[in-house]
Amino acid sequence: MVDVTPADAVPPAEVAEMELYHPHSWWTKYVFSQDAKVIAVQYSATAMAIGLVALMLSWLMRLQLGFPGTFDFITPEAYYQFITMHGMIMVIYLLTALFLGGFGNYLIPLMVGARDMVFPYVNMLSYWVYLLAVLVLVSSFFAPGGPTGAGWTLYPPQAIMTGTPGGQDWGIILMLSSLILFIIGFTMGGLNYVVTVLQGRTRGMTLMRLPLTVWGIFTATVMALLAFPALFVACVMMLLDRLLGTSFFMPAIVEMGEQLQHNGGSPILFQHLFWFFGHPEVYIVALPAFGIVSDLISTHARKNIFGYRMMVWAIIAIGALSFVVWAHHMYVSGMNPYFGFFFATTTLIIAVPTAIKVYNWVLTLWRGDIHLTIPMLFALAFIVTFVNGGLTGLFLGNVVVDVPLSDTMFVVAHFHMVMGVAPILVIFGAIYHWYPKVTGRMLDETLGRFHFWITFLGAYLIFFPMHYLGLMGVPRRYAELTDMNIMTESAHHLNSFISIMAFIVGFAQMVFLFNLIWSIRHGREAGGNPWRATTLEWQTPETPPAHGNFGKELPIVYRWAYDYSVPGAKEDFIPQNVPGSFGPSREPA
Amino acid sequence: MAIVLVLVLIVVGSVLFHLLSPWWWTPIASNWDYIDNTIIISFWITGIVFAAVVLFMAYCVFRFRHREGNRAAYQPENRRLESWLMIATAAGVTALLVPGLFVWSRFVNVPSEAANIEVVAQQWQWSYRLPGKDGKLGTSDTRVVSAENPLGIVAGDPNGQDDIVVEAADLHLPVGKPVKVLLRSIDVLHDFYIPEFRAKMDMIPGSVTYFWFTPTRTGTFQVLCAELCGQGHPLMHGVVMVDTEQDYLAWLGQQQTFAQLSAPKQTASANQPSEKTMASSLDVAAKLETLEAR
Repeated sequence: MVDVTPADAVPPAEVAEMELYHPHSWWTKYVFSQDAKVIAVQYSATAMAIGLVALMLSWLMRLQLGFPGTFDFITPEAYYQFITMHGMIMVIYLLTALFLGGFGNYLIPLMVGARDMVFPYVNMLSYWVYLLAVLVLVSSFFAPGGPTGAGWTLYPPQAIMTGTPGGQDWGIILMLSSLILFIIGFTMGGLNYVVTVLQGRTRGMTLMRLPLTVWGIFTATVMALLAFPALFVACVMMLLDRLLGTSFFMPAIVEMGEQLQHNGGSPILFQHLFWFFGHPEVYIVALPAFGIVSDLISTHARKNIFGYRMMVWAIIAIGALSFVVWAHHMYVSGMNPYFGFFFATTTLIIAVPTAIKVYNWVLTLWRGDIHLTIPMLFALAFIVTFVNGGLTGLFLGNVVVDVPLSDTMFVVAHFHMVMGVAPILVIFGAIYHWYPKVTGRMLDETLGRFHFWITFLGAYLIFFPMHYLGLMGVPRRYAELTDMNIMTESAHHLNSFISIMAFIVGFAQMVFLFNLIWSIRHGREAGGNPWRATTLEWQTPETPPAHGNFGKELPIVYRWAYDYSVPGAKEDFIPQNVPGSFGPSREPA
Repeated sequence: MAIVLVLVLIVVGSVLFHLLSPWWWTPIASNWDYIDNTIIISFWITGIVFAAVVLFMAYCVFRFRHREGNRAAYQPENRRLESWLMIATAAGVTALLVPGLFVWSRFVNVPSEAANIEVVAQQWQWSYRLPGKDGKLGTSDTRVVSAENPLGIVAGDPNGQDDIVVEAADLHLPVGKPVKVLLRSIDVLHDFYIPEFRAKMDMIPGSVTYFWFTPTRTGTFQVLCAELCGQGHPLMHGVVMVDTEQDYLAWLGQQQTFAQLSAPKQTASANQPSEKTMASSLDVAAKLETLEAR
């Protein structure tokens, strides 16, 4: 069925356009800006800066694991502070902020054909609260006792006890406060993204014509709005336990021979709250990556995404299912073991829509015209690492298989592959793809290819062998791997190898950062649509797009986002705002 | 084109690594070879899927790479193909899930002949309690824990008087006898983990959790803590020795009961209470130092 709106059948505008707030000074244009594009760059720069801290923390951890006993300054206390901050920063302050605050802000208004987010002022506040959250987090490095070393899961009781770094100092208080701020900031941004997608679309942009990038970010945002409140209350309750002596999570405890005043609380309640947030969080990071990578593959293979409708429904199904799988993080937590039957089943069911997405990416390549550009290379690398990490998820999700593997390096390898490496490869691909729109210039190709090969192969060599350490039984979160009877000499060598690869991969990221900065001035001029893409952000009158995005007239959408290589059309792409039918368009209804 | 070669090498390399690398699980020492078998099934199914997807991708990139004058096909969807792929995936997932759940039901249903033993964790050491002649463990309560009663056994419960207390020492188990391990903590979360037994479970202060297994060979096994429990976590090692029935009974005969331990001290053990009081007032740093020294 042909779904191209005839030029004379465009629906009329439902409401008149509102005047945007126009900045009057340098400050309101670049600092306290209400332009989603500026906010996006602010979010991205902040996220990458704090991400760099997390990267360096991972080097320190790998120094300790790869060469135990060599670096005296990495005490167990410091080591636990490093892992905690590394994990929390990467998951929340880098990945979540960059995908939703960064890509969401930049791409949603442009891709749906809006002039800006629906609530620009709240959008601005969202960034500044996020920045505050980051500053509070960073301040814990300088607080007495240092940052918390409770692990990124912050499990009580140990998170607020003496035996854990920062437990009875400032560390845990600053961490919980920072998370609370982050959630407040995110909620302001998140409401914006949802309302803009639902209410801010231009004429002709039906939901089933949205690029999958928007679908991914939109669904992830809805999930985040539902999941973060669980973390929010958990943080508040733990703060009360720590500061006012309540006992939400604290049963009767004897600490180092001394009876504490707590009584009757439930440590496992925290775990349920944490993972009710924590598991959707995995998909909050993954769904935007799914969406973006779909668009990268389609554009650079010059072929429509295969099975668009199935892709949309898979995103929604994954989003919904991810709320009923949380306790697969708790199979050996001591919860009622009969829960295992339910959560193993739901967890493995989620593999079906996820697998469909993988098939459809690969089938999009089939009979395509594959341009091996840097974004395409990153997309291919994403598929490899995501499939690898997704499949090991079938081990850990399958309750009884999780018993020997949980809390070992297998878990570390799994989640780094699936929600660390894979989404970050998409972020890189997306930056190479959209950088020309943001700056008007291309990133340097040679540096980009160098960055790609080191990052992809290095990351695979780090995390693939790591699974086998876990299979051997090497536990995670061990500051010292000495006196471990199960570990052979060669296992220690493998650890050293992994550490060396981690330093190399980290170095390649410096090359990437250099490229980002250098190309702003020295990159090749990109023009408005260097990838010859169909979506609206490439059809703006100016590049980079001015405030208001689309000049005088908002674009009108006549077709879906994937009219690549349409038979009968002269070019191998038809932008969404070009009217007219070319041959037998078979866009799904 | 380098990418095509690399994709193929990743598949070949990963399979070869799996088959040839020296890193593999430790020789099993319990009845949970069911779990190992489920892992093997998982490796087969996921390995085939991984190889198939990545090799197909490599083929696509090779066959449909851009050359001058190429044009992609236009094919929005193919319902039949999509349905078949969905059915095949569901079948694969079922093949993983069914054996998994079957083994899980064995894991959660403890055989009635299993003997109860209790592991009590604290930062950062393991203690154990075995039922005495009456075969029952007495009630416990964290609130009665003290230097003289480190496991918090309720003195008023007669079942607890003959319980055997093994404080911060090695645990012995008889080979071939199923045991139900009751897990308890008096401070934070811990996890009683012996890689050779495959099974593990967290202990939660305020609750009693459990798992069961049957030791299948004699030997000495290292206990690890598998749930982050503060700075001493990586040093929280212990020892479980699986003995023949004879050796086990010999060891058991040397252990003291709760009643014996809490009886008014004779001259021989006069220095013990003072030592214990000292131990309880150790701060974190001193505690870690003694752990390191061990």
